[in-house]
Amino acid sequence: MSVPTRPGGTAPPLPPLPLPRSPGGGGRQGRSPKKKRVNESISTWRLTDRIGYVLMWAAGLLLCAIGIGILAYMAFKGVQYLRPQLVLTSPTADVDQSASGGFLDPLLGTILITLIGIVIATPIAIGAATWIVEYGRPTWLARLIDSGIEIIAGTPDIVIALFGLVLFQQGIFGWMSFTAAGGAVFGRSFLTAGAMMSLIALPMVFAATREGLQSIPIHIREASYALGKTKAATIRRVLLPSVKANISTGAALGMGRIAGDTAIIVVLLGASLTLDPEGDVPGLNVLKGTGSTLTSYVYNNSPAGEGNAPQKAYAAAFVLLLIVLALNFAVDLIARSGAKTGLETSRLGAR
Amino acid sequence: MIDPHEKTSRPARTTDEPANGMMPPPIRRITLDSQPTVALPPSQDAVAIANTGDRSLAAAGRPTRGVAGPERMTISDLSVYYGDNHAVKHVSLPIRQGEVLALIGPSGCGKTTLLRTLNRLTELTGTARREGLITLDGTDIDSLEVTEHRRRVSMVFQQPNPFPMSVFDNVAYALREQGAKRPKKKVLEPYVVDALQRAGLYDEVSSNLDHPALRLSGGQQQRLCIARALAARPEVLLMDEPCSALDPKSTNVIEELIVELRKELAIVIVTHNLQQAYRVGDHVAFMYLGDLVEYGPTDDLFDNPKAARTRDYIGGAFG
Amino acid sequence: MLHRLKEPWTDRRAGLLLGALACSVLAVIVFMLVFIAIKAWPSFANNGLSWFSSKGVVDQQFDAMVNSGLNPSAADYELGAWPLIYATLLTTFFATFFGLIFSLLSAIFIVEFAPERIRRVIVPVVRLLAAVPSVIYGLIGILVLAPFIGNSVITAEQKSSVQFVIPLSGTGLGVAIAVLTVMITPIMIAITVDGLHAIPRAWKEGALALGVNRWRAMWTVTVRAARPAIIAGAVLATARALGEAIMISMVAGSKGFSPNPLDGFVFFFEPVRTMAATVVENAESINAPAMQSSLYALALVLLVGAFFLSLGSWIAKQPLKKYGTRS
Repeated sequence: MSVPTRPGGTAPPLPPLPLPRSPGGGGRQGRSPKKKRVNESISTWRLTDRIGYVLMWAAGLLLCAIGIGILAYMAFKGVQYLRPQLVLTSPTADVDQSASGGFLDPLLGTILITLIGIVIATPIAIGAATWIVEYGRPTWLARLIDSGIEIIAGTPDIVIALFGLVLFQQGIFGWMSFTAAGGAVFGRSFLTAGAMMSLIALPMVFAATREGLQSIPIHIREASYALGKTKAATIRRVLLPSVKANISTGAALGMGRIAGDTAIIVVLLGASLTLDPEGDVPGLNVLKGTGSTLTSYVYNNSPAGEGNAPQKAYAAAFVLLLIVLALNFAVDLIARSGAKTGLETSRLGAR
Repeated sequence: MIDPHEKTSRPARTTDEPANGMMPPPIRRITLDSQPTVALPPSQDAVAIANTGDRSLAAAGRPTRGVAGPERMTISDLSVYYGDNHAVKHVSLPIRQGEVLALIGPSGCGKTTLLRTLNRLTELTGTARREGLITLDGTDIDSLEVTEHRRRVSMVFQQPNPFPMSVFDNVAYALREQGAKRPKKKVLEPYVVDALQRAGLYDEVSSNLDHPALRLSGGQQQRLCIARALAARPEVLLMDEPCSALDPKSTNVIEELIVELRKELAIVIVTHNLQQAYRVGDHVAFMYLGDLVEYGPTDDLFDNPKAARTRDYIGGAFG
Repeated sequence: MLHRLKEPWTDRRAGLLLGALACSVLAVIVFMLVFIAIKAWPSFANNGLSWFSSKGVVDQQFDAMVNSGLNPSAADYELGAWPLIYATLLTTFFATFFGLIFSLLSAIFIVEFAPERIRRVIVPVVRLLAAVPSVIYGLIGILVLAPFIGNSVITAEQKSSVQFVIPLSGTGLGVAIAVLTVMITPIMIAITVDGLHAIPRAWKEGALALGVNRWRAMWTVTVRAARPAIIAGAVLATARALGEAIMISMVAGSKGFSPNPLDGFVFFFEPVRTMAATVVENAESINAPAMQSSLYALALVLLVGAFFLSLGSWIAKQPLKKYGTRS
């Protein structure tokens, strides 16, 4: 570089770089004599910055408008079309919309599938998170599992659904769904759909649990070991109870995702409108059978589906929205009661 | 890379830091009838002189003081509240061109808050509230556009905070982003070099201006931050314990730099280190629990502290 | 003595049990890849690389597959999936592009500029939008947005300009992009907001103390440093957009058609069908072997795409760890 190194003290002074002084710098005190603090004035900004600033406000307000608009519109349509008998009667296949019944069975289906999914997902997610945080050896395996869960979180639900179909049509899973006389397995039932739904919820429960465990200071574990407890006992008696709130948060979020998923239902739950039990064992027969959920009901009753009954679709969508919002509200309640998760992203299962 | 967080060289800190600001500072009692005399270890002065080559230091045996110029900023009856916490209580101080004002006091005494208020950075804290008047060249700083004000009154922080970009981009940052349009790199280069030279960093980084600033050592990072502030040609430079995260050698370099810079700027420095305040300060203000206890020329304040608390604090630190 | 030996065994057993649960996740991924690849093989084998090209009308090819019965000949597997791939790329690209701008501006607004009163509204709104099931977005799209566009936005001239190529009804690429953008923006906002919050305050204050205004400080320091988080969020949102099936099948017009950019603005009104939507719409005819293999082939392409996006997001997040932030 041609610039001389530090001169002995006689540096030729550089001309001041033309910096714009704001026009009102100091000239403003006459306007407001007392206690009017001048904050940033946009007028001194570059033009591009000012345009960006306006766009930012527009984006923020548009976001608010879209969110409130969707909620208000769904609430309006829901109140308009939701009738008690819709929730209390089973759907029937009928061309006449006034006679095609309500969505009691889809509602029950949503609850059932959500429970199955979360019951399968939670233990696996807790186990995996606990293993990664508390054991985590060998490291490469822990890292592999970590990224594996990230991959599952990023896998489209429709791919998971097709995977479920081919998996559960294998003979050894015949007990999970209807098996034809020839041994061909149907592969579609509440059990199979719920099992695949657990993959949707798994990353969220996993992320929340792991975050909770990681935020427990080491000295708590050491205190437990110092009392003579084994690692297993420490995990069961000390660590897991203290992340209960995190687990609940993750589970509630996962349930929200399950309740709102459609693709797996359309592919894996069969297309029967009502709960369609399969087999003779009470309880298991419903699980082995096919049915529908609110999401597939909405889909089928939208103009894109076969039913095309927008009013019922709106009513069912409203109920669905209430369920999902209730689950999210539960998350807030849990968080307020002291879950250690503050991360927005863990709410989305996206880390 | 040296992690600045791990280094703390605060010799004065060990004995006289109240834990929570409510206790009086722990004090090594000294007899009140004998005047406390400032006893800088001569070895330290010798080191300073040897390092700086500043003969004037040796002449008097103590640092020369700057020549006070016109008063640039005036703080009158300033109070700052964080919620209910009255952090700075009715402080009045002048800040003059061409000299260094050193703010000393135990931690939690409001020095840093006072400094941040001069730059209007306290306004970023939602709960902070301010009363009283601060003027810059006779103008209420509230009536200045805040960005414009910060352009004239710049600040260097306790932890070196170079941006995650190259050394050049760091120094050029203010020049690039303040103006109405980004100047070309060619135009900026002499200004960047000048600022780095004034901060005494140029010789060390001249060959690698494109390297990431975060790879520099802690002392270099802090001098880079000073260069970054100088590049914008501020009129007042606020320094919040600029050496507390640095090793003694870097501290020495930065102190020398401060003494050098006071010729062109008004400097306010917050420090825990009384020796540092003595070495670089032309006026010293001692704060305690938000109160301004004593203010005066450095030599007077260290040789003849008027308030008992000042005497105790200085005595505790030195005795 | 015996007691002492027993305890580590419990520990080891617990470790093995938990490890087995964790590894089951990997097993699921391997099985998923293997099963889908096996099922997809006939379609790729019979088409070769021309699977990815455009040949003939893709919807007619699907009809032929369904009608080919249980023992399809090699010719029945014929599929040129380009229109579906093209539609997927179009919707994903545009939605991510608009979503990135929208979410970045919104995130900056939320983090730095929004007045407290608006922030108290906008944060729950983002959560709400992230929680709404895709089928509800689809419902609003098909019942509100598409009729509005079909009746009020598309002019008769525009309809007649392409009437011999494709009928325009309102559902189409544009509606799909719009609804998809709204769907994926909350994800990006959440991750971007997290990323912006994770940037050390000292940098922002340093920039402000130099007399740089908040907007420029935000863009030149905070956003710059948070780029890894922003990219990771965008990649994740891309994965979501790529795999969205139900909503797209409701609002995109559901035709295996390649919109022609030369049609001008009409381009955005032309119907499309993405790969994911194709799978979900044809799930009922999946028992026809040729159809089945084709659908699994589409699923495999989606899976591989999603896998690479996960990889991309992981790579993008690495620099962020440097600052000691949680990713």
